[in-house]
Amino acid sequence: MAEKLLNIALPKGRLGEKVYNMFEKAGFPCPSIREPNRKLIFENPEAGVRYFWVKPSDVAIYVERGAADIGVAGKDILLEYEPDVYELLDLNTGICRMAVAAKADYRDDPSRTLRVATKFSRIAQKYYASQGRDIDIIHLNGSIELAPILGLSDVIVDIVETGATLRENNLVVMEEIVPISARLIANKASYPFRTAQIARLMAEMMAMMEGAK
Amino acid sequence: MSQSYVSAEQLCADLRALYAANGYRQYKMSKFEEYDYYVRNKDFLISDSVITFTDTNGKLMALKPDVTLSIVKNSRDMRGGVQKMYYGENVYRVSGGAHEFREIVQLGLECIGDIDDYCVLEVLTLAAKSLRAISPSSVLCVSQLDILSGSLMGVQIDVHEEILRCIGEKNAHEMRRICEAAGIADRADRLCELMNCYGAPGDVLPKLEAMFGRTHTVVRLSRIMEAMEKAGLGDMIRIDFSVVNDVKFYNGIVFKGYVEGVPQGVISGGQYDGLMRKLGRRSGALGFAIYTDMLERLFEGAGEYDADVLLLYSEADDLAAVQRAVQTLQSDGSSVVAQRIAPDKLRCRRTAKIAEGGVSFVDG
Repeated sequence: MAEKLLNIALPKGRLGEKVYNMFEKAGFPCPSIREPNRKLIFENPEAGVRYFWVKPSDVAIYVERGAADIGVAGKDILLEYEPDVYELLDLNTGICRMAVAAKADYRDDPSRTLRVATKFSRIAQKYYASQGRDIDIIHLNGSIELAPILGLSDVIVDIVETGATLRENNLVVMEEIVPISARLIANKASYPFRTAQIARLMAEMMAMMEGAK
Repeated sequence: MSQSYVSAEQLCADLRALYAANGYRQYKMSKFEEYDYYVRNKDFLISDSVITFTDTNGKLMALKPDVTLSIVKNSRDMRGGVQKMYYGENVYRVSGGAHEFREIVQLGLECIGDIDDYCVLEVLTLAAKSLRAISPSSVLCVSQLDILSGSLMGVQIDVHEEILRCIGEKNAHEMRRICEAAGIADRADRLCELMNCYGAPGDVLPKLEAMFGRTHTVVRLSRIMEAMEKAGLGDMIRIDFSVVNDVKFYNGIVFKGYVEGVPQGVISGGQYDGLMRKLGRRSGALGFAIYTDMLERLFEGAGEYDADVLLLYSEADDLAAVQRAVQTLQSDGSSVVAQRIAPDKLRCRRTAKIAEGGVSFVDG
């Protein structure tokens, strides 16, 4: 009996394209994914894979809920949503860091509650709890850099890649919380039924990454 | 016991019969526990949100979020014997997605007393048979926490917890970083090797023997796995050290059962002597729970139709004639729903109406 296709959730966007290139190089191509159209699902029975594009923050949900057997999600998403999934591989791509940033002239006053604007409430809460710092979370969904400039918050907790956006807005990184990169994740209930397929894919990806060094 | 079930109720009835046939007595929980009891042991609970109410005597009580804690509380220590109980009770927990309380039927069994290897074998066997009853395509992942704990002996408690989290995620890259940061990089290879020990007992046990030698724990695990094999259940067992329950409560064998098509584990269990000690008890304890809410997906769409026959009658029809018509249609085992008008969205194979001298089908 032919193996069922391995369902792989990829994050839409630049990271997803990079990651797909990695899968392709590792021997799991799906040429139709490069065709210019608006399709969301692509499969290649010969390679045993079915890819689908989803919003990057939704990849972990698709995998946790079993709609995808495996997927690629940023470590930021995994830390923020804590999905109950296996984290099988650090793909060493999409590298950036979760950091605290503030206006260049900002000085922390420990006698006041620190106002933190972020999309990553859980990461910020955990980080400041580990520092014993009392904070007020201001949850925003975008343009986080605006918050300290307009006095909405004292600092922001956000992803920093090159730091260009921060610099252009006169913000600086105060502390680094955790390094971020793309991770290969798997559904815990799929794993026992697709062990050989997942292990083969992992081995090929690791070999490809090793060869690319 | 291998058939396809159309509802969780049918399945639960058969599983109760299976447990009863193995000498497990039904535990009925008709009263409530004090809220304080759950708060003191909240780390043992899956969800620490509990619905509370004030009893007639002013005590703060709770709608049960879990059955195991009550069974433990109401059991007694035994020397040389084991109390064996099964239960099927409603519990109240916050669901993951909706963040609202849900009523869930928790089915499970517990052994409390002098737990020996036969008890472990019996509980694992019943867990495996329960899984098979749910679906022939199922897997029971078994871990041995004493082997894991032994490998982490002397490691600082916070690092210990972080490493266990990584093992639970099969996350070798982060475990290596944590070991390095904690100055125990020399242990990382061995821990990764243990984490990668995944598969059928026949493949994994020789690796464990090579890693640890024929220690008492490895030999016991081998004996239990051998007996599972002889019982015809070996093909559904995977040794998997990523099954890591809280080591404060659990020790020895822990396990999780998966069914193809259900995205989360449906059975979870293990030996929890740690909880017993925390509650000041001398006995050991072992059991498992089945999350029936997880199984709903398996039974979805089992019935294409709401009933086999829709019998339409009018107010003018004789009551006895309608009743007779229902009985006639039921005589071949069909399910019949009698209505004056066909309700929206009701799906029936056939439609009939009361006719002179009986019923006639109106859909050809």
